[in-house]
Formats: sequence, C-alpha cells, structure tokens
Amino acid sequence: MTEETLHDPQIPLPDNLLGRIAVTSIDRIYNWGRRNSVWPMMFGLACCAIEMICTQASRFDKSRFGMEIMRPSPRQSDLLIIAGTVTKKMTPTIVRLYDQMAEPKYVIAMGACASGGGPFREGYNVVPGIDQVLPVDVYIPGCPPTPQALLNGLMELQKVISSQSWRTSPWYRRGPREIPVPQLGPDLVVEPRPQNFPKTKERGT
Amino acid sequence: MNLGERFPQGVVRDERPGYSGWIVDSSLLPNVAQTLRREEGFDYLSSVTGVDYLPEDLFETVYHVYRTGGGPGEIIKVRTPRGRPVLPSLTSIYPGAEFQEREIWDLFGIQFDGHPDLRRILLWEGFSGHPLRKDWREPMYEEETKPFGARWPEGRRNGPPDRAFTRPADALAPGGWEADDDRALYAALENEAGGRPEALQTEFLMVNLGPQHPSTHGVFRVAALLDGETVVNLKPVMGYLHRCHEKIGERNTFPGNIPFTDRLDYLTSLSNNFGYVLAVETLMGIRPPERAEYLRVILAELTRIVSHLWSIGFLLNDLGAFFTPALYAIEERELVVDIFEAVTGSRMMCNFFRFGGLARDIDAGTVEAIRALVEERLPGKVDQLDAYLTGNEIVQARCAGVGILPREKALAYSAAGPVLRASGVPYDVRKAEPYSVYDRFEWDVACRGGCDVYDRYLVRMDEIRQSIRIIRQALRALPAGPVQTGKPQFQPRVPPGEAYGRVEGPKGELGFYVVSTGRPNPWRYHVRAPSFINLTGMAEMCRGGKVADVVAVLGSIDIILGETDR
Ligand code: SF4
Repeated sequence: MTEETLHDPQIPLPDNLLGRIAVTSIDRIYNWGRRNSVWPMMFGLACCAIEMICTQASRFDKSRFGMEIMRPSPRQSDLLIIAGTVTKKMTPTIVRLYDQMAEPKYVIAMGACASGGGPFREGYNVVPGIDQVLPVDVYIPGCPPTPQALLNGLMELQKVISSQSWRTSPWYRRGPREIPVPQLGPDLVVEPRPQNFPKTKERGT
Repeated sequence: MNLGERFPQGVVRDERPGYSGWIVDSSLLPNVAQTLRREEGFDYLSSVTGVDYLPEDLFETVYHVYRTGGGPGEIIKVRTPRGRPVLPSLTSIYPGAEFQEREIWDLFGIQFDGHPDLRRILLWEGFSGHPLRKDWREPMYEEETKPFGARWPEGRRNGPPDRAFTRPADALAPGGWEADDDRALYAALENEAGGRPEALQTEFLMVNLGPQHPSTHGVFRVAALLDGETVVNLKPVMGYLHRCHEKIGERNTFPGNIPFTDRLDYLTSLSNNFGYVLAVETLMGIRPPERAEYLRVILAELTRIVSHLWSIGFLLNDLGAFFTPALYAIEERELVVDIFEAVTGSRMMCNFFRFGGLARDIDAGTVEAIRALVEERLPGKVDQLDAYLTGNEIVQARCAGVGILPREKALAYSAAGPVLRASGVPYDVRKAEPYSVYDRFEWDVACRGGCDVYDRYLVRMDEIRQSIRIIRQALRALPAGPVQTGKPQFQPRVPPGEAYGRVEGPKGELGFYVVSTGRPNPWRYHVRAPSFINLTGMAEMCRGGKVADVVAVLGSIDIILGETDR
C-alpha cells in the first residue's frame, strides 16, 4: 500500500470529482495493478519460512496487500521470497524455479541467511546470500525478520514496482534472460550468473 | 551389566576420565549388539555417531542404546584407525542405524560393511572429502575456532574472493563432471523393489516429490517408485537444508552453540536449548536452581503445545483442508509466541537457557499471562479443534489405517516421539529417564495402538492436553528464588569428558552428544535429531499405499527440515 493513488495529482480535477474519477497514465495504472496483486510463490527454505506463514495467517494477514494467493507453482507467481538459508545443494533448484517464473518477477531476500549467509555463513554447504545467484530486489534484515518486517519489505517491493515503467522494463525486450542452472561440483558450485547479467539497480527503472 | 565379563576378549571398559561405556573390538560389534538387543533388552538404538580423535589417529563410533522400559542406557564405542575406517554395519540388528550410518559415511568417511545402501545422505555424490574430519577445513574459513580473523583487514580483502562459486574457464557449461547422484538413487530404488510389475506388462514410474513441493514442509524430497498409483518403494532424499550445524558447532564456544540449537527445529527452540544445556550441565556437574527447573519445564511444555498445534494444522493442510485448520492452530500459536517474546525477547529464536539456569527471570505479569492461557484459553480451543477434526469423515477416511508402522518395526527403526507412541510403545524420555523435575508432576504418557496416521494425530492431541496439565502443576508449585547457579559466565570451564543429554522434544527424543577436551570449544558436538531418524521408517509406512498417502504420512511424521538436515 504505497502512498501513490491511481489518479495523477498533476492533472487537476474539480474537488467534487476527486475520488470518483481518476485520470492517469499508462505507467501509473499498470504499476497500481501490478503492485497490489503480487502473487508470491509458496516456497520456504528454513526458519524464516515459518514467519512467512505467520504473515500469511490471520493475525498479520498479507492479503491486505493483495498478496494472499500463494502459488506453489513458479509458473503462476510473480515474487520469489527466499525465506531461509540457501545451500549449495539447493541452489540449482532455486535457479531453476526462478527461471520458470514468468516475467515480470521479483526476488526478496528474507532474513540474514538469504541476504548474506547469516549465522551459517561459513558452512561448507551454505551459499552466502542468494544474491550470489539471483538478482535481488529487496533485502529484509532479521533472524528471522518479524512478520512486521516482512510486511515492510513487501511495501518496499511495492515501491520498487511503482518506480518501474513499461517503456524501459527489461521484460519486454528481446534476448535471453535465463540464468544458467549451476551444477554441483566436487566441492563448490559453478558461477551461474553471466557476467553481464543486470544487477538489481539497473533493472528497468 | 558387565559386557567386559561377557566378552573377555575385545571388550574393555572406557576408562578415560569423564568417559563411560565400553570399547568394543570392531569384529565383535555385531555380537555385542546382538547380545544387548536380544538378551539384555536394549531394544532402542538411540544414537550412532562418529568422533574424530585426530591426535590419537583414530575414529571412534559411538552407539547409545536404551531399554524402552526405562532406565539408564549403555554406550558402546568402536575404534578404527583413520587410515582404514571400516566397520560392520548394524542395520541388520538395529535397522534404525541405516540413515545414521549413512550420515557418518557422508561426514566422516567411515565405511559400514553390509550396509544395504551406503550413499551420501546430506551432501551430494561427488563432494570432495568428509567435512566433519578434523583435518577438513572449510574454504575461506580455515581457522580452528571462532572468532575468525577479519576477512577485510585494513580495508582490503584478505585471501581468496568471498564467493561461493569457482569460475572455471568455460564457466557456464562445465564439462567432465556430472552429478551421478540421482542415477545411484534410482538404481537403489529399483534394486530393492526387485523386478517389474507382474500383472500388466508395464514399467515402474519414478516420481519425485520436492524439493519444492507445498506439502514437504520445507525443502525435502521423496523419490518414489510407483506401479500405477501404488508406492512400490520410496526413499527420502535430504540435505537441501544441510547448514553444517555440527561443523560450525565444533568451532563455537560452548555457550555460543545455544543460539544455534534454536535453529535446529525452529518451531521448538526452547526444547532444543533444554537438551543442549542438559548435556553440558552433565559435563560440568552443575544443576540449575529450583525456580529455573520449573520455568524450564513450563517453557518446554509451551513449546510442545506450539509444535503440536502447528503440526496438526499442517497435517490437515496436507490432507487438502487447505489452510483453514492451520489458521485456527496458528492463532493459538501466536498467543504462545507472544509469551515467548515477553519472556525471551524473540518470537522464535528464544536462546534463553544457560548452563546452570536461565538468561533472565520471568516477571509476575508474564506468569499470570501463562496461567490465563493454560487455564482459560487453550483447553477450550483444543477441544474445539478436536470437535471439528477428530470425528470428521474425511480426516478419518484419509488417516485411519494409512501409513501403518507396526510396533516391532517402530522400535527397530528407532522411531521416536508421537510416531513411536502411536505404535503402542509408551516410551517417553520424560518418564523413562526423568530429567529436570518431570518426576514431580502427575501426567500420563499419551500412547495409542493404531500405528497409523490417525493415531499419530490423536497422540499429538493428547499430548497437548498433558502438557497443559504439567504447566498447570508447575505454575502452582513455582518456587521463588534465583534462576542461575553462581555467576553467569561467558566462558564456562567444561571439564574433559563426554555427555549425552536427551530430552523428549515435541518431535521425539532429542539428544546431544558432546565431547569436551577442556578447551572452550566442544571437540565433538552431535545432534540426535528425531525428525531425521523418524524418516528411516517412512518407506515402510508408505509401501503398498497410494501415492497421495505419502503426503499424509509425511505430515504425520512431522519433520522440520532444520533438524532433519541440520
Ligand atoms: S535468517 Fe535466521 S531465521 Fe532466517 S533462515 Fe537464517 S537462521 Fe533461520
């Protein structure tokens, strides 16, 4: 629920019509619709997933943000919440799931583990942060982040969505945007992200 | 019993200071195990683990066995030289050793002769080295203990780049190496199934559930071999959340491990704390003061209520009652979690127990809140859940008679907690070998004989009621006084020796095997994870059933991946 209304305040309207008529731009209505109907993927990795479920449940109620529909299938979801520790064994699956999501898609790194490895950073099977593999839009600190923190993160994501424009959005362009799936090797996994893959900040704003 | 007299050759008492049990010659191990199980009634293999004594150049494999009738257990240890670590497998005597031996092979590289399916379990086939060996160092974190040195001294990066990935020349399509993980898995599944379907000339179908599947409760994978819709054979595949808990724990200081135990079974952080501090307190030879004991029991039982509510809610989720029962359960959980937040400062990761006591005292207001919760709110709500669910026709149709694990099998597979007690074995560590002050309360072990999913659900319901009963008594008897023996210490002295602390966690018997050498860090820190060992019997429960029941069975075992994979 970002501040932005559907009506473009730069266009004057008589007072008695405000709230009933909205004159708006394509970008505005496009983002307004998208940001209030994000479908997160039902995908939990570790402890943080429990707080994600609590956010979904009645007390914190994510549906106030239009996000109550969690889909177990990546084909039907817009948002990948990485809720937990990313391990090397799991990385290929996560990348594959990301690739299967349709554009436009977003990634939230929820918690210390997903953002940077957290308490398990030095583990031999732990990837220190999902941003080693996927472009991340919002990082949420905490171990685990409280449901309130997750809600705040979702509102940040809405701001990210609002700041995008269909004219510059990368997902209407040509060219492959798939991330190669890493393979498990003798010790480590192979760098999957192509060197020229857009980082978070450069994504179509 | 005196194993030394029974086996004069090859069995000697472990006489190192702080140690107990018997050191058994590896060739005698099956005989000794056979004697213990058949003749002496030690029918429950609790934990198997390895220890790497690098200075003495040997591996020790440690077995803890108990009688389900109660009483103290026996510890047997087998030594193998580090150069040639081979042992006879105990899977034929204690089938519950199957996954634990695989784990030891994976992490220590000790081979078990005669194991039916000795593959890596937590890591992947092709991983180089066995990480729990003391001479195996993690890349980029080679120090022996924490705190690690700065990775950025004087603002400049020290050592190799901090990346999880290597970057070979043809980075995106590495040739020459291929994961043969799955091939070995599928071959093992088919081997055990033996042959083709008979009636029709069809093929078996290989189906993978997970690791991303809404009903696997996290990142867990089940590889099932199907004949039509019937499960012929099945193997759990895990390690997708293997967070190197034990390796990290061996480089933490003793108190530094307490917050890590929170993250084992993340729904039940306080019971995990309980098991670990019990183990270390045994080593240190201290007991917490009375008030702390009672508060520990109260908090641990609240944790059990939370965990069982959650698991009941999600069992129904798995059966297809999507989210509504879970919402009811989570609503109650939130109330308990609020108490945890008031007491410990955190909703989930409580990190509250200390060696010899608790981190802080509880104020009168919180005690009152707990009392109100267990006296007024929870009993009614549990009855409500009971009324909605227990008699429900669909719940009965999907659960009763499904996922049968007979009594003998449950024991043999070392199942624990509600899974074991629903198979008619009234084994509960709180009664069998009472720890803390559990012997002062009046309560019953929830036990049923149906051996199926339905009875596991009912046992959980019963246990919530028993927990409420215990908390009420504990609140009434709660004494005043300090909550910590002596001064709280950052660096407690832990004398050399070994200890196995076990508690009845909500998922089952949770054990911590800790070896100290007198240094600030544990030499060995092993977790006997009930969610992990309960999975040993999963194939047995699912075989012959329909593929849709796999999900119900998994829900009834109630695994938490943080604990399964550690
Ligand atoms: S950030 Fe903390 S709570 Fe979240 S997955 Fe990591 S350890 Fe668990």
